[in-house]
Amino acid sequence: MRGLKKYLSGLFQGVRSLLQGMSVTGYHFFHPREIVTQQYPENRATLEIFERSKGELTMPHNELNEHKCTACGICQMVCPNGTITVLSKTEQNEDGKSKKVLDRYIYRLDQCTFCALCVKNCPSDAITFAPTFENAVYTRALLTKQLNKEGSKLQKKS
Amino acid sequence: MIYDFSKLTSSLDQLLLSVLPPFWVLLVEALLVLIAGLAAFAVLGMILVYMERKVCAFFQVRLGPNRVGKWGTLQLIADMLKLLTKELVTPRGVDVLLYNVAPFIIIMAAFLSFGALPFARGLHAIDFNIGVFYLMAVSSLAVLGILLGGWASNNKYTVIGAMRSGAQVVSYELSVGLTYITMVAFAGTMQLSGIVEAQADGWFLFKGHLPALIAFVVFLIASTAEANRGPFDLAEAESELIAGYHTEYSGLRFAFFYLAEYLNMFIGAAIAATLFLGGWMPLHIGSWEAFNAVMDFIPPIVWFFGKTFLLVWVTMWFKWTFPRLRIDQLLTLEWKYLMPVSFFNLLLMTVIILLGWHF
Repeated sequence: MRGLKKYLSGLFQGVRSLLQGMSVTGYHFFHPREIVTQQYPENRATLEIFERSKGELTMPHNELNEHKCTACGICQMVCPNGTITVLSKTEQNEDGKSKKVLDRYIYRLDQCTFCALCVKNCPSDAITFAPTFENAVYTRALLTKQLNKEGSKLQKKS
Repeated sequence: MIYDFSKLTSSLDQLLLSVLPPFWVLLVEALLVLIAGLAAFAVLGMILVYMERKVCAFFQVRLGPNRVGKWGTLQLIADMLKLLTKELVTPRGVDVLLYNVAPFIIIMAAFLSFGALPFARGLHAIDFNIGVFYLMAVSSLAVLGILLGGWASNNKYTVIGAMRSGAQVVSYELSVGLTYITMVAFAGTMQLSGIVEAQADGWFLFKGHLPALIAFVVFLIASTAEANRGPFDLAEAESELIAGYHTEYSGLRFAFFYLAEYLNMFIGAAIAATLFLGGWMPLHIGSWEAFNAVMDFIPPIVWFFGKTFLLVWVTMWFKWTFPRLRIDQLLTLEWKYLMPVSFFNLLLMTVIILLGWHF
């Protein structure tokens, strides 16, 4: 008798949980306004890209055209697939000492896996990932970028 | 009796008889039915595939096809053209004859059941006096195509898929048969046109109340399983068996399997609509003459397809809600739940008929 009771309660419980699942999907079917699909090219103007998304590596410059890169080369060493090449040059500063400064910061977008090890390991917070994602170009050569702007200098520590 | 196709069909028959000997009349009529059926298959297949993609998308909070044509309506034309132009690959090591025959068997099984469905009064290819029995027999032929296709492909995934499908169809055939018997006992006839006519004063789902409702639910579940549709689609479980029994098929042969799946779903829904929701019979409520007359104005074809597509939608609802069953769960559901419930239900129905406790 107990077995029969267990069987029947199991049956009704099963039916109830199945109906519960169907009510969830049924709700979604009858509320098409809640559809989450983004229709990308049409909604470009209102598209919301989150800050944390990693589109491409950038080196922020301030309004005086200064960056924070000291050309230490840690990012180049830590990059697992040779995406970054830091080319430095030696310059004389005001005191007459020769000092290593950044000449060209080469970033190859086509090789990047967006692991962000470079950003995490940068001791001076010089580089960051930007959420730009429309990076398609017609030739691969265009994917090799120089991140420091022309004539930019190292930002003085305040 | 506004819409009666039997006049049209019998006048066509008379016209043919006046110009041809009886044997040729039969042949020409069979050919006409074949052409109409094939056209209906193609159109229904396309509507069902489009419906499936859209309905599935809406259940999953997506939009579905929306790029090719307005609301993606031309997507199916594009898909069809793609399937038609694909190469028919015959892998090395397959049993060439069986491999080629399997898709035709499966589509033929669907066609055989299609021929016995009453679409409207008089619009009925063959009205057997044992229509329900016939449907029960031919609707289980599709598994032959699946078994043959799976075996002839000479591939472990296809064989596993085919074997699962065999176990599944053999099991669920029992509940389907028992629900058929329940409704036949209630209707008192096996003739499909007779069953539909008997529902003129109320559909069986309402007239037979509790046992009819139980039979309806059991039939919906079991016919979904018989058509190898999700959540019972473990014959083609793509996460474990690639595509199950049709892994090795491509192009038009694959399209046949694909089409047959949707048509079997449609046929299951059409049989459920005929047995429980009155087939092409408009919604009639007892003695509300005015209401019944208004309902009669809607053509029976609209009623039939409306009910069928409603049930198709319900089976899609199943598919896109429930996760796929494991093979042991599948057999447990049938042998420990659906079959005892249908036996009990048959008993209940018999008692209700004998005591006259129905409407």
